[in-house]
Amino acid sequence: MSETTAVPAKKPNSITWTDVQQLLLRGRAFIALILVVVVFTIIAPNFLAAANIEIMAKHVAINAILGIGMTFVILTGGIDLSVGSLVGLSAMIAGMLINQGIVLPQLGIIIYPHTWLIMFVAIVAVTLMGGISGFIITRFNVAPFIATLGMLYVARGMALLINNGYTFPNLVGRPELGNTGFPELGAGSFIVNYSIWIMIGFALVAAFVAQRTPFGRQVYAIGGNERASELSGVKVKRVKLLVYMISGFCSAVVGLIIASQLVAAHPATGQFFELNAIAAVVLGGTSLSGGRGSIGGTIIGAFVIGVLGDGLVMVGVSSFWQQVIKGLVIVLAVIIDQIQARMQMRIALQKQQELG
Amino acid sequence: MTTAPTPLAGQSAAQDDAVALHADQVTKVFPGTVALDHVDFNVYRGKVNALIGENGAGKSTLMKIMAGVERPTGGELLLDGKPIQLRSPLHAEQLGIGIIYQEMNLCPNLSVAENIYLGRELAPTGLVVDKKAQRTQTRALMQRLEHAIDPDTLVSDLRIGQQQIVEIAKALAQDVRILIMDEPTSALSASEVEVLFKVIADLKAHGVSIIYISHKLEEITQISDYVTVLRDGRLVAEARNADIDVPWIIEKMVGKNPANLFHKGHTEVGGEILRVEEITLPRLGGGFAVDHVSLTLRRGEVVGIYGLMGAGRSELFECLAGVHPDAGGQVFLEGKLLPAGNVSGRISEGIVLVPEDRQREGLVQSLSVAHNVLLASLRNYFNGLFLAPRKEQTAVTEMIKGLTIKVADPGQIITSLSGGNQQKVVVAKGLLTSPKILLLDEPSRGIDVAAKSEIFAIMERLAAQGFGVLFISSELKEVMAMSDRILVMSKGKITGEFLREEATEEALVAASAIGHGAAENGSKLATAATHEIITA
Repeated sequence: MSETTAVPAKKPNSITWTDVQQLLLRGRAFIALILVVVVFTIIAPNFLAAANIEIMAKHVAINAILGIGMTFVILTGGIDLSVGSLVGLSAMIAGMLINQGIVLPQLGIIIYPHTWLIMFVAIVAVTLMGGISGFIITRFNVAPFIATLGMLYVARGMALLINNGYTFPNLVGRPELGNTGFPELGAGSFIVNYSIWIMIGFALVAAFVAQRTPFGRQVYAIGGNERASELSGVKVKRVKLLVYMISGFCSAVVGLIIASQLVAAHPATGQFFELNAIAAVVLGGTSLSGGRGSIGGTIIGAFVIGVLGDGLVMVGVSSFWQQVIKGLVIVLAVIIDQIQARMQMRIALQKQQELG
Repeated sequence: MTTAPTPLAGQSAAQDDAVALHADQVTKVFPGTVALDHVDFNVYRGKVNALIGENGAGKSTLMKIMAGVERPTGGELLLDGKPIQLRSPLHAEQLGIGIIYQEMNLCPNLSVAENIYLGRELAPTGLVVDKKAQRTQTRALMQRLEHAIDPDTLVSDLRIGQQQIVEIAKALAQDVRILIMDEPTSALSASEVEVLFKVIADLKAHGVSIIYISHKLEEITQISDYVTVLRDGRLVAEARNADIDVPWIIEKMVGKNPANLFHKGHTEVGGEILRVEEITLPRLGGGFAVDHVSLTLRRGEVVGIYGLMGAGRSELFECLAGVHPDAGGQVFLEGKLLPAGNVSGRISEGIVLVPEDRQREGLVQSLSVAHNVLLASLRNYFNGLFLAPRKEQTAVTEMIKGLTIKVADPGQIITSLSGGNQQKVVVAKGLLTSPKILLLDEPSRGIDVAAKSEIFAIMERLAAQGFGVLFISSELKEVMAMSDRILVMSKGKITGEFLREEATEEALVAASAIGHGAAENGSKLATAATHEIITA
């Protein structure tokens, strides 16, 4: 077994068909992305034009950032249905603070905070909303689906209440109040649009946190076996609370980006975004039952969805067909995922059998 | 002896009884272990065929193959001489093979009648369930079993013993020709057992062949016609019950088992390291799971806790490990009173639990071997910003080498390892938290003999290093071989304490039965328990 025999039975560095299969399966999301890009490059002439790529990347950034938060939640075996509503709420909070300020009727004054402070307030408020979902889930043992479904309605209702269902238009601020500059977040760029940088930054930090910190390791462990994690000293409730706060934080940032890009805060902003985020996570190979998946996968998944969507528009496929195609791609991805999981198990068993 | 298909010369007991079901050279391979190794097993028509063996001998695997739950890796089943391939439990049922599982397979949210006809509801038109007919027939079944259980009672409202009766009724309702019973009496009282035996006799008279699995040897000699013994996945012996006795069975079951030969050597026992006072854990529905337990543990000492199932041993460990923050009592570690803490608190103070149920509580199945090993001690490799990969790797490699965990690559997924190696991973995870006290709950359950002795060697080594080791075992020989001191628990209380030199099997068993069966035939129960334990 461990003795090296004179005649090696199998060259260790020869590539077998299983290796190739495994590589193809493991990189399937990436291969799918390349495939999609190649196909659209051929049929849509200016698909790969720099301007078009940036537009697509901006679209992708929205789903990718939400997907990052969602990945943490799903890795613990949970789900967050409230992200779309939280996006809307974040946008509306920012819109209100810019256009109306903070009204203090008792004192008869209105405070107009600085733009940075406005964004900070919106982010903290919405992150706390995520925290409330997490608290309800961990403290009262409510299923994540239900708790976040409740939050979906509550947050959307609050977004509508803020301005009676009306939009906050023209979020440019006024120089005399010192609250200008909000549109810069959506429109400004350093080589590429800021939102793309935010996505890259978030992805790098999140991937690092997931792989290289105790928190990340514990997120995976909880999704794999909550009871065993608890008996290993993992503070399960705290970790779970945190993942919903992370998801809330990501939603808040997306809300700000969208409001800034539109220079308006609309209370319906972000409707159904939770579904896109979940789709990106699942396409990226993260298991909905928790414990398996990666941030990198989610980013690629977001790109596949984004590129597919924009490409189909450019080619002129009807939006009805787009939905059909998107749905098929998501289900197909999960089927392939199952095949890969089974294959990986088989390979691991083979390795173990060779050990004797 | 002439026409019997069993190839074991001299062991064959078949004379003129016909074989209803025959397992021919059945082999079952699981990741890392061979659960069954070319086993021949005869089920004689209209007889009670007892199947016995130690934990992990392959009884339940063989049973699952015969019930269509698992498919054999090799060999085949012959039903009335014709080879069959069972595709599913339902398929087995259609062929007349029924099974009563040891762990309940009832839906607690449904009524007794609904459970009995689950999956084959009486629906004359094919659409609407005839509840009345189900109820009447259930009542008839219950009468046959001499139990007045109302068909409309929810299963969740029944006692465990009653649920077992429902399980049996469920099997009876299916007109089975072959009925597998996996430890059917484990939850029954003495009078209920008598009823069951009557039912078995009745079934026999109707030509039903019964496969009877039990740890209670007394019972086996009482009820069975044929006895088959398995050991380590192999068929050891088959005999007519009339030709054998209890000592014969024990000898065949235990054999020259290295795990039983393993003996803890002498280690220097130091001062007191752990003192536990008045630990209490209330039980749902009244009473105490852990009833004012006090104990001490000294440095370098291995203390075994023996008792029957449900004696409160695991619950005691859970209290010590901080799983039940609301448990009463005080824990002193090295003379210092520990605050009522949670699991992570207790781990950082130096008490770590290796839980009983490896799959449910010990391992994270989706993670690699390395990540499982590291899970409880992550903070040791965290430098404030990230987990240092080199430190992690060193820790993992050391543990794999130190505990001789057989693994090709630490990045490999945990489920690809054999049971024994998985158990070592759980132990390794505990050891990396640098504990002072190690709590091992049934550390040798469900692993093969070689791995067992290795686990014991590890325990001994840890004690020699000055750890305090507390372990739970239901196997009498194991407790006696491994402990410096033995505590016996029964009904949540410590009912006996023995130094290794003064412990005898009889004394341990007697202590473990204190508080049991006082109303019933106490002495009979105690002897039955003796045999159950000796075999374990």
